Amino acid sequence: MNTSAEPMTASPLVSVGSGESRTSKAKDKVKMSAEDVKVFYGNAQAINGIHLDIYENEVLAFIGPSGCGKSTFLRCLNRMNDTIDICRVEGKITLDKNDIYAPDRDVVLLRAQVGIVFQKPNPFPKSIYENIAYGPRLHGLARRKAELDDIVESSLRRAGLWDEVKDRLDQPGTGLSGGQQQRLCIARTVAVSPDVILMDEPCSALDPIATAKVEQLIDELSESYTIVMVTHNMQQAARVADRTAFFHLGDLVEVDSTDQIFTNPKDQRTHDYITGRFG
Amino acid sequence: MSNLALIATLLLIMAMAYHLGLTRSRAVAAEQDVRMHSRPGYYGALVALWCGLPAFGLFLLWSFLAPQLIEMLVTQQLPTELVASMSDRELTTMLRRISAVAEGRNVAGGATPEELLAANHMARLQTFELYSLVAVMAVMAVGGLVYARRHISPQWRARNHVERVITWALAASSAVAVFTTVGIVLSMLGEALKFFSFISPAEFFLGTTWNPRFSTSGADAQGEFGLLPLLWGTMMVSIIALLVAIPVGLMTAIYMAEYAPPWLRNVAKPIIEVLAGIPTIVYGFFALIVIGPFLSNLGDMIGINIRTTSALTAGLVMGIMIIPFVSSLSDDIITQVPKSLRDGALGLGATKSETIRQVVLPAALPGIVGAFLLAASRAIGETMIVVLAAGNNPVLHGNPFEAVSTITVTIVNQLTGDMDFASPQSLVAFALGLTLFVITLGLNVIALIVVRKYRQQYE
Ligand SMILES: Nc1ncnc2c1ncn2[C@@H]1O[C@H](COP(=O)(O)OP(=O)(O)OP(=O)(O)O)[C@@H](O)[C@H]1O
Ligand SMILES: [Mg+2]
Repeated sequence: MNTSAEPMTASPLVSVGSGESRTSKAKDKVKMSAEDVKVFYGNAQAINGIHLDIYENEVLAFIGPSGCGKSTFLRCLNRMNDTIDICRVEGKITLDKNDIYAPDRDVVLLRAQVGIVFQKPNPFPKSIYENIAYGPRLHGLARRKAELDDIVESSLRRAGLWDEVKDRLDQPGTGLSGGQQQRLCIARTVAVSPDVILMDEPCSALDPIATAKVEQLIDELSESYTIVMVTHNMQQAARVADRTAFFHLGDLVEVDSTDQIFTNPKDQRTHDYITGRFG
Repeated sequence: MSNLALIATLLLIMAMAYHLGLTRSRAVAAEQDVRMHSRPGYYGALVALWCGLPAFGLFLLWSFLAPQLIEMLVTQQLPTELVASMSDRELTTMLRRISAVAEGRNVAGGATPEELLAANHMARLQTFELYSLVAVMAVMAVGGLVYARRHISPQWRARNHVERVITWALAASSAVAVFTTVGIVLSMLGEALKFFSFISPAEFFLGTTWNPRFSTSGADAQGEFGLLPLLWGTMMVSIIALLVAIPVGLMTAIYMAEYAPPWLRNVAKPIIEVLAGIPTIVYGFFALIVIGPFLSNLGDMIGINIRTTSALTAGLVMGIMIIPFVSSLSDDIITQVPKSLRDGALGLGATKSETIRQVVLPAALPGIVGAFLLAASRAIGETMIVVLAAGNNPVLHGNPFEAVSTITVTIVNQLTGDMDFASPQSLVAFALGLTLFVITLGLNVIALIVVRKYRQQYE
């Protein structure tokens, strides 16, 4: 890793491993867009007016030091912050050009379109099957048992978990290993076929092998979904993300293609962070 | 009173012993210029224990044995022909009178000359006993103190000894609780067996008539001791109570845990919990004076005959009483369900009530079932409300608007008034008590099994 103080070096500041860096696909259709988003917890401001476009079928990574507001901003994108009483969101966020904070917007439908996977795997205390079937049942996606079975199987396949659990679908989801639980949670989110999947440090509780599986999964999912993920692992961002956004103290400092951020950041703070100067 | 003074003195001496041990251990350390095995406080504590424990043990043993010994000596002193002429029971009464006189109290009808003489003798013996107890305790306390203080040396593992004494003290306290329970059960069992020598278990457990004629109505009058009407009455009242308490309590808990704003929660929770602190006798006359007449009027209006004192009256009021048991326990359990689970459901687009019904409550189920069972055993054992409001009508019928009687009410009835612990009329109380105990125990065991089963499933 190059720790030189010169920001304008050509060699990558974060080693990404040979050939693992993602080649950017041409992505231009804006899926979600944030305009001057401010978030307050009580009187404390956590996000200071962020502008950001998220493109269809891209993988966008949020990086930045702890407490800089990555999770807070991520949770604005499907209004999970509504569940926190003291949290107040200002500004405008759109999904397919529609304001998601509009008064007549149905948050239930929004969350079916913008799913979320949390840092800690949180399977429901139900069977593996029921964990996956929960969302489709909620939104009435399957008319018959057979359809539901199909959704469960295809979701588990997409999450790369089918072969591991197909013989014990009636066992509790909480009985799986940590990595399997996290993939179960991803499958659960995929089952309601959202357009966008938010992931908040999905691998931070997992070992390297499980992490590799989840990363591969993200890669495959990005064919059909828009994915926004928070990560503390810069190698991970470099491996899976098309673009990377750097947050600092409630500001979005810089967002650019992952290659650009890791080889040639424009802002000194980004450079300092990815070279391990602070954070 | 003098016993209290004795113990207080002993504690005072122990405090002194602690101090002596402490200073001694410091002195030893300084003299020999070494590190002691333990901190000075442990030597102090150990010396205090050596001083206090043996003396206290002697005190316990003495207070247990001495009165019996004195009674024996006094009995021997009594004229033999007098003793021979008395039954055991008369002798016990007489001894009780003698010790009353010895303490300077008056007895009914005045003391006879023999009793006076014996009382004098007893008072002398008691004085002697007290002095000798004090003397022996003093010797033991001082002896222990001196021995332990001498023994203080760098190698003496005072800390380990003190730890062991603490372990034993804790174990002894638990043993008191366990042995008391076992003792209660055994004594109930003994009396219940006596009862079953009069009435066969089949007659008791399967009998459908409850009519225990009291012994005053003739020695040959056995009466009928069928448990079923009482058991059924108990069940009916408890079921009504649970039908009230479970839905109201659970919904209260859900509202308090999930919906209520913090200020309301802070105000309302203590008020609900006060319900549990109201003495049950107050609920009882509330039922008798307010609810009973109200229900009865209500019945008149809609054309049903509701008795003022009925299973319904008692059950309703008992239900109100156990609401806080259900609600505050369930509330705690619901609040403990991790936020991540809620977020998981909300993140999939579940509404708040869907999240609660489909994710939070199933996750909290074992604890909630535990709360229900606790409430149930509380309802089954409840006495005052049913004594006042259930109507005491031990007849087998299925009408909740009629008066019923319960196991607890019947125990009260059988043990008040003419008490003769040799008759089945009184002894039946023990059989009933034992039945009650077994039912509650059964409920608790079921609760444990349910909880464990769900634990396995959900963890
Ligand atoms: N529920 C909350 N109530 C009050 N303040 C909060 C809450 N959640 C977050 N904050 C505050 O908002 C700021 C941003 O927090 P956030 O969780 O978004 O940071 P983060 O970038 O995700 O950090 P990390 O990398 O450690 O997860 C922090 O200062 C935090 O203290
Ligand atoms: Mg975070």
